[in-house]
Amino acid sequence: MDEPRYDDVQVGDTLPELDAGTVNRLTLALYCGASGDHNPIHVDIDFARSAGLDDVFAHGMLSMAYLARLVTGWVPQRAILSLSTRFVAITHVGDRIACAGTVLEKLSQRRVRLALTARDQSGIVKLSGEAIVELA
Amino acid sequence: MIDRRHIGHVLPAFTVPVEAGRLRFFAKATGNTDPIYTDEAAARDAGHLNLPVPPTFLFCLEMDQPNPAALRELLGIDYRSLLHGEQHFRYHALAHAGDRLRFEPRVADIYDRKGGALEFVVRETRVTNQDGALVADLTCVTVVRHG
Repeated sequence: MDEPRYDDVQVGDTLPELDAGTVNRLTLALYCGASGDHNPIHVDIDFARSAGLDDVFAHGMLSMAYLARLVTGWVPQRAILSLSTRFVAITHVGDRIACAGTVLEKLSQRRVRLALTARDQSGIVKLSGEAIVELA
Repeated sequence: MIDRRHIGHVLPAFTVPVEAGRLRFFAKATGNTDPIYTDEAAARDAGHLNLPVPPTFLFCLEMDQPNPAALRELLGIDYRSLLHGEQHFRYHALAHAGDRLRFEPRVADIYDRKGGALEFVVRETRVTNQDGALVADLTCVTVVRHG
């Protein structure tokens, strides 16, 4: 990996975008098992209907894992000091998630603050987050 | 309304092992093809002692507690009314496969918005490793929808 250097990074620089692909029912089943989040609302359509929904919907943390992949694709994981997100909108089965990041601010101690978003195929923001990373 | 006396409530602490197989499954489930998350040799080449725990997997390990419903039962809330509102991680040290992580969760805050139609439960969890070193602080904000 060509690691970004603090001295070279500018506010407004963008991270290489991550296309996380389409969230389908298999994606949700695999994430349910792998994550240990067995909330049936994400995998059991009967349960989802009992909650008044038309269908299951994706775990917010699945898309947050994509945001984490975006950041670890840019810097080694040990550089990440914090990672935060708000879950702004629900991700539905069939949505295609893309993650983007921008350098918001250069801080002291070789740290930068990143703005992170996960959007669907229509550009609707699903997650709006931030990370602070310490660069080489 | 969720009883505000639960603010400050300390939930039972628990310890969970970090298993390499779980990390590989998580990498598959999240489409992560970076070999350092699945291949010990690649992880070692990148300076890790073993497969690293990816940034959000600490949240998953917190679900491996003896009673994952402990907080919902304490507050009397149903899965159907819940949404994950926010998630925050502050990292202090990496964790790896083979570590044993201790989770210490507490209810940091409960508040409402929109005239009580939405309530927010803030859970803060401190994570330390088998050497007592601080690994991360997690903050989970759960939204409870009424009506």
